Amino acid sequence: MSIRRPPPAERAASRRIVAAFLTGAAGAVGFAVTYVLGGDTRWEGVTLSVAFAGLAVGLSQWGRHLVPTGGYVEEHEGFAPPPFEQTMTTRALTAPDSPVRRRGLLAALGLALTALGAAALFPLRSLLPFDRVRPVRARTDTPWGPGVRLVDAGGRPLRPQDVPADTMVGVFPEGHVDAGDGPAFAVRLEPGRFSRQPSGGHLDGLAVWSLLCTHAGCPVRLYLRGTGRLLCPCHQSSFDLLADARPVAGPAARPLPGLPIEVGPDGFLRAAGDFTGPPGAGFWSRP
Amino acid sequence: MITDRLARALDDRLRLSPIARRALAKVFPDHWSFMLGELALYSFVALVLTGVYLTFFFEASSADRVYHGDYAPLDGATTSAAYASTVRLSWDVRAGLLIRQTHHWAALVFAAAILLHLSRIFFTGAFRKPRELNWLIGVTMLALALANGFTGYSMPDDLLSGLGLRIIVSVVESIPLVGAWLASLALGGEFPSDVMIPRLYVSHVLLVPAVLVVLISLHLGILVRQKHSQFPGPGRTEHNVVGSRLWPSYTLRSLALFAWVLAVLFALGGLVQINPVWMYGPFQPAQATSPAQPDWYVAWGDGALRLFPPWEFRIAGHLVPAPFLPGVVLGGVTFLALYAWPFAERLRTKDRRQHHLLDRPRDHPARTGIGVAALTFYAVLVVAAGDDILARLLRLPVYDLLSVLRVLVLVLPVLAGLLAFLLARALRRGDAAGVGALTRADLRRCAPRPAGPSEGGDGPGGQETPAVDRPGGRIEMWPEGDAWHWRYRDDAGRLVVTGNRAVLSRQEADSAARLAYPGVDRIVVPGPPPAAPAGPIRTALRRWGRAMAAGSLLLAAIVDRRRDRRRQERERADDTAQAEDAGSTGDGRT
Ligand code: HEM
Ligand code: FES
Repeated sequence: MSIRRPPPAERAASRRIVAAFLTGAAGAVGFAVTYVLGGDTRWEGVTLSVAFAGLAVGLSQWGRHLVPTGGYVEEHEGFAPPPFEQTMTTRALTAPDSPVRRRGLLAALGLALTALGAAALFPLRSLLPFDRVRPVRARTDTPWGPGVRLVDAGGRPLRPQDVPADTMVGVFPEGHVDAGDGPAFAVRLEPGRFSRQPSGGHLDGLAVWSLLCTHAGCPVRLYLRGTGRLLCPCHQSSFDLLADARPVAGPAARPLPGLPIEVGPDGFLRAAGDFTGPPGAGFWSRP
Repeated sequence: MITDRLARALDDRLRLSPIARRALAKVFPDHWSFMLGELALYSFVALVLTGVYLTFFFEASSADRVYHGDYAPLDGATTSAAYASTVRLSWDVRAGLLIRQTHHWAALVFAAAILLHLSRIFFTGAFRKPRELNWLIGVTMLALALANGFTGYSMPDDLLSGLGLRIIVSVVESIPLVGAWLASLALGGEFPSDVMIPRLYVSHVLLVPAVLVVLISLHLGILVRQKHSQFPGPGRTEHNVVGSRLWPSYTLRSLALFAWVLAVLFALGGLVQINPVWMYGPFQPAQATSPAQPDWYVAWGDGALRLFPPWEFRIAGHLVPAPFLPGVVLGGVTFLALYAWPFAERLRTKDRRQHHLLDRPRDHPARTGIGVAALTFYAVLVVAAGDDILARLLRLPVYDLLSVLRVLVLVLPVLAGLLAFLLARALRRGDAAGVGALTRADLRRCAPRPAGPSEGGDGPGGQETPAVDRPGGRIEMWPEGDAWHWRYRDDAGRLVVTGNRAVLSRQEADSAARLAYPGVDRIVVPGPPPAAPAGPIRTALRRWGRAMAAGSLLLAAIVDRRRDRRRQERERADDTAQAEDAGSTGDGRT
C-alpha cells in the first residue's frame, strides 16, 4: 500500500488552518506585548480577539474540511422502560417490608422533617438585625421631625432667601444627608398660582416636598422650569407642584408627601414635623 | 503515539473505554439552531473566567474609601469601597477595564443566547415528552441568569445601578402583606443599607453561579441521556439521531464556537464601552441620572413599569401599589407560563407520546402564533423602557409616545401572532419551501377558514407522522477486522448514513440497525466495504475542479469501476441475504 498523498483541496485547507493558528499566535503575542508596554484597553481587546478568532477560524476550517461532516446515525433506545425492569423496580420499592408501607411511621417522620424545615427558617430572621426598627416603622418614620433644620447637600443650613424663585433646591434633614428616605426639595412658587395648597403648607410660596417618587422611589430630579412640574427620570411620572405635587402623567399614582416647614428663631428653615405621608414607593401597610 | 500510550495508561487504571467510546461516537444533529445552547454555555464559561479575575480587585463594601488614581475627576474623592474599587479596576488596573467590559458584554450575550435557545426549543416543540425536565431546568436557569445579571449590575454602587436597585426594592415592597419584610430582610434594613453590597456580592459570585453550575450539569447530563432531538428528514426517525459524531467533528466545531464567543466578547470588551460607572458618579440617595435604562434583559420589566397606568387599589384598607401588577404579577405570570407550557400544551393536544423528531414552526401554527405574540409583547416592553430616548429621537412629546406604546403593547402582539399563525398554516397547507416562496394562492387557501388560536391543536403536535416504511431503504452490514459495521442506504434520496459505532457481532449490528430503522427489513450481509467519507472532499474537489480535471476523471473512473463491481456483488449478496433473512425478519421489530 502506498502512502496516500493528500489531495490538493486538503492541502489547501491545511495551509489555511496553519495560517489561522499562526495569526492566533500572533494575536496572543500582540496581547502580551500590549500589556507589557503599559496596556491600552482597545489594543488589548483587539489582540486578544485576534488570538481567539485565529483559533476559531483554524478549528472550524479543520472541522469542516478535514474531518467527516454528517453521515452518521446513532440508534435511540427510546424511553419506554423495559416492562420487566419497571415492574421489578416498583415491586422492590413497595415490597411488604418496605418503609413506604409503614404509613404511621412515615407520618411521624414527615412531621419531624417538617418541624426541622420550619425551624431552619427561623435563623433567616437574623438577616434583619434585631436592633433595627421594624420594617413598617422604618418606612413610615424618617429623620425629619419638629425642629430638624433643612440643610443642603453640603450640610449648610438654609434660610428662606437661599431658595430663589422657580428653582429647585435639594434639602436634607440636618445630620442625615445620606439617609435613604430623607431627601426633599424646596421650591419657591407664586402663591397665587397654587390650585391646591401644598400639604406641608408654604412660607410665602416656599414649599417643601419629598424628593422620592411615589411610583418606585427614584429621586424626582428634573424640574421643568416655569411650568411648576417635576419629572421623574426613571419612568417619566410628572408631578404638578402647583396642585400639591399631584401626579399628572406617567405611572405614579400618589402625590409627593409634603414637609411642614417654619423659620426657626435662628432664621434658618426647619421642619415642623415629619412628611405628611411615608415618602417613596407604596407598600401594603402604608396608611 | 503519545496519545495512544496516554489513553491506554489512563484506561488501564480507570476502565473508561466502554463509556468513552460511546461518548466519542455520540451523534449531534447538523443544524445551526442546535448551537444556540452551546452559545449560552460558552458565554457562561466566559462569564466565570472574567468574573474570577474581577473578584481579585473588586471590594464589596460600602465603607468609605478615598480614591487615588488616574481618573482625575475623582482623585481624592471619598466614595464607597465598591465604587472606588470599580473605578480603580477601570482606570488603574492594567487590563482591568478590558476584563470588566468583557464580563459585562458576556452577561448581555449570555441572556440573549438563552433567549434564542429557549425560542428554538419552543418553536420546534423540543420540550415535549421526554424533555420536559430539561425545559423546567432551562426556565430556572433563565430566571437565575436574569437575577445574577441584575445583582452584578448593582454591585459597583454607581448612580445608575443605585436607581435600578431602588426600583427593584420598591417592586418587592409592593408585594401584599410581606413586601416590606422581604425587602428589609434582604437588605438588612432600609434602602440603602450597608450590608446591601456584601450580600449582593455573595449571591452574585457564589450562590447563583453555584446553582447555575449544578443546573447546567444536570441539563447536559439529561441531554446526553435523552440524546438530541432532530428535525425530520431523510433517514431520520423517532428512533435515531443523524448527524456528525462528537469526535472529531463536533469537538472541533464546538471548540471553534467557544473561540468565536471569546473573540467576539473580547473585541466588544476592548472596543465598545459599556457601563462607564466613572461617568455616572457614585450612588447618592438624592441624585439621579437621566436617561436611565437598565440592561436589555431586565428592560421588559422596566418597560412594563413605564407603560402600566397609575392604578393602585386598596384591599381592606391596605395599599396595593402601582408597581405590583407590572412588576411582581407580570414577572410571576411570565415564568409560570414558561414553566407550565409543556404541560398546558399536552393537556390541550392530549399527546402523551415521546417525540424525538422536532416540529417545524409551521407544523404547529397555534404554538407558533402564541410564541410570536409573546415575543412581540416583550419586545414592545423592551422598546418602552427606552421611551424617553425614543421620544427625544423622534421629537415627540414623551407622553404621546407613551399612549402609542400603551396601545401597541396590546395590539401588536395580537397582530403579529395572528400573522404568524396564518403564515404557518399557509406554509403547512401549501408546499412552499419558506415564507419567501409563499404564493398568493397559498395565502388565499388559508384565509377563508376562521382563524383562531383555539383551532390549532390539529398540528402534527396532535398526530405525529408515524415512522413510515422506507420503501427504498435498506441496511447494509459488513465485517471489518473483528468488528461489524452497518449503514443505512436510501437509494431514492441518495443518502448513506453509517452507524456511529462498530460492534462486536453481527447480531449487535443487526439490532442497532433495526432499532434505528424499524420497518426497514431489507438487510444485506455483507454489505460493501465503506467508501472513504467523501462528502467534503468531493465538494472541495469540485471547487478545484479545473486544476484537477484530469485527476478527478481518473478518480471517477476508478470509483465507477468499483461501484460497478459493488453493484454486482450486492446483487449477488442480496439474493443470498434475502434467502438468509427470510428466517430472521420474523423477530425484527416492526
Ligand atoms: C443557562 C442557560 C442554558 C444553557 C447553558 C443551556 C445549554 C444547553 C445545551 C448546550 C443544549 C444542547 C444543544 C442545544 O440543543 O441547543 C441544551 C438543550 C436543551 N435545552 Fe438548554 N441551556 C440553557 C437554558 C435553557 C432554557 C432557558 C431552556 C428552556 C426553557 C432550555 C431547554 C432545553 C431543552 C428542552 C434542551 C433539549 C433540546 C433537544 O434535545 O432538542 N435550556 N441546553
Ligand atoms: S420611580 Fe418615578 S416614575 Fe417610576
